[in-house]
Amino acid sequence: MSVLLRGEHLTRILPGTVPVTLVDDVSLTVSGGEFVAITGPSGSGKSSLLYLLGLLDQLTRGRLVLIDQDTAELDEAARAALRLRTLGFVFQFHFLLPEFSALDNVMLPMRKLGERNDREQRERAAELLAVLGLEAHLHKRPHQLSGGQRQRVAVARALANDPPLVLADEPTGSLDSASSEQVFSILHDLVHQRGKTVIAVTHDMELAARMGRRLHLVDGRLEGQGRLQ
Amino acid sequence: MKVPVVLDLARSHVLGRGRQTLVAVLSVALGVGFSIAMAALMQGGEDDMIEQMVNAMPHVRITDEFRHARRQPVQDRFDAVAIAGLRPKEDRRGILNPVEVRARLSGWVPGSLAWSLRTQGVVRYAGRDQGLTLVGIEPDQAQAVAAIKPEEFIAGDFQSLAFGGNNLVVGDRLAEKLGARLGTTVSLVSATGESRSFKITGLFHTGTTARDEGEGYVLLTKAQTLSDRPNVINDIRLRLADPALAPEVARRAERRIGYKTVAWQEANESLLEALVVRNVIMYTVVGAILVVAGFGIFNIISTITHEKSRDIAILKSLGFTERDIRRLFVAEGVAFGVAGSVIGWMIGALLCVAMSMVRFELSGAGVAQEMTHLPLAWNVWHYLVAAGCALASASMAGYLPARRAARLHPVDIIRGAS
Ligand SMILES: Nc1ncnc2c1ncn2[C@@H]1O[C@H](COP(=O)(O)OP(=O)(O)OP(=O)(O)O)[C@@H](O)[C@H]1O
Ligand SMILES: [Mg+2]
Repeated sequence: MSVLLRGEHLTRILPGTVPVTLVDDVSLTVSGGEFVAITGPSGSGKSSLLYLLGLLDQLTRGRLVLIDQDTAELDEAARAALRLRTLGFVFQFHFLLPEFSALDNVMLPMRKLGERNDREQRERAAELLAVLGLEAHLHKRPHQLSGGQRQRVAVARALANDPPLVLADEPTGSLDSASSEQVFSILHDLVHQRGKTVIAVTHDMELAARMGRRLHLVDGRLEGQGRLQ
Repeated sequence: MKVPVVLDLARSHVLGRGRQTLVAVLSVALGVGFSIAMAALMQGGEDDMIEQMVNAMPHVRITDEFRHARRQPVQDRFDAVAIAGLRPKEDRRGILNPVEVRARLSGWVPGSLAWSLRTQGVVRYAGRDQGLTLVGIEPDQAQAVAAIKPEEFIAGDFQSLAFGGNNLVVGDRLAEKLGARLGTTVSLVSATGESRSFKITGLFHTGTTARDEGEGYVLLTKAQTLSDRPNVINDIRLRLADPALAPEVARRAERRIGYKTVAWQEANESLLEALVVRNVIMYTVVGAILVVAGFGIFNIISTITHEKSRDIAILKSLGFTERDIRRLFVAEGVAFGVAGSVIGWMIGALLCVAMSMVRFELSGAGVAQEMTHLPLAWNVWHYLVAAGCALASASMAGYLPARRAARLHPVDIIRGAS
């Protein structure tokens, strides 16, 4: 499939009296339809790499091409627009807006994009939540949901604008094995049934093994990069 | 139903904090309300003062002076000659040729005209002497320009001067000082030492002490004979239908007749300037009140941006721009401003109504006790200006934290939160 993302010598150094290197000269290419795991010990720079790929953080050095766009040329608004349309984020913690219901949280990116009318947005949000098994919880607010349910709402929200690329930072990290299996299979379906590209950080080697490709980070550097069966 | 998403977010932030919101809105509302009440009071006082001023004095006054010394023939002849400090001969002062002056003013002056001879004199009765300004008038003219308003006459009127004989109209306080009453015959002594008997046929009370105890009116011809200045007048007063036209009329009149012509605005320049200063002070105070109210808004929005920094990071990660975030918090500030303004309008209106009901009695002014109330001016501009200032202050108070919030780095927050 086509190349979705290409990073060359991605480097992120926090400036300061003692500069901290978070990501060190990482190069990678991800094609459409791939399911990529990022693994590595705690503090190895997995989240940092994901923030760079998701345009949430600025590169210190290197070049990142996302869907044929050199991200260095984009201003703040253009980066935001790219996030809105082509990227879906799932964080380790759910990060839902506490005052909004599950449905309203999922509608948020659609309302910002404004391509669907209110009814269509509502229907699509309900549909996404239903697919994730939350049809009974549409109008609950985050504090009325369990951790696994919240994480699924977050996944639904990440998918709201139907982005080709989903970035997930330990989406199952705070969940029990049943919930984490559920969320994992949702991501798995996204790749295998809906043709999305998913890059997920995980500590769980077993889950990583079930993904298509594994990138291993140590001290911000990419080590074993290869296809697993 | 279809609320822009940013407004929806703003609403969720604001509604979540009842008491804080109430305090911020109330501080703006009180600021707006008191500003309106204060403006109404100040404007009312000013209007009142100007009205009194306009009523009490001639709108335009022409005296027998010149703004610039007349050019002397010698100056026309020789360039090098400069003359300063020239004084006219005492006995020749006065507006020459009043008939001609009147002809030049008639026709275009939108109002009425009265001429007079004002001289200093002494009134003598029962061994007591009192100095007074003796004004020689034509009763019809004096009535037309309301030199003394009809309601200010306690007894008699200007027409009583023309009844035959030597008649005099004086202020009630002067009469009191002399121990004279209506009908009493007193002696008037002119500056030249001439003395005649006059009968008091009218008494007035204007409320201005200087006039009530120091002014007397007689017929123009009597004043002229008494002071031995036949056919001389030295003061022309105009009363206009529209007092605002006075400066223009004065300018035109001065061009036409040459004598110094002063509009009431010019005569009261320093007072009017003081009013301007008063307004500047008032608007400064009003501005300060609203800026203080703005601090309240600034405070609450800063708090919200801190508490909601996680939401800001979420919104940014979802694809909301810095501009969206700025708008979000500015909208919250504006919402406080709008709510505060609307409530402030009500407070202001209520305060004005309450103040308009306050009545107090001013006694000691003389004859009758005068019931009076606070001068209030209702003006829609007070409401608009107060709300405008409140909104400006509120949007600024929203903008400052909004700008900082918009610049927050989502990664820092996400790291900090997880
Ligand atoms: N603001 C910062 N100042 C200093 N060091 C930082 C800062 N942010 C991150 N780091 C360091 O950068 C390194 C990479 O952090 P990052 O969060 O990417 O690791 P991670 O692989 O996601 O770890 P984990 O598995 O525990 O989530 C860590 O060693 C961390 O301590
Ligand atoms: Mg991490």
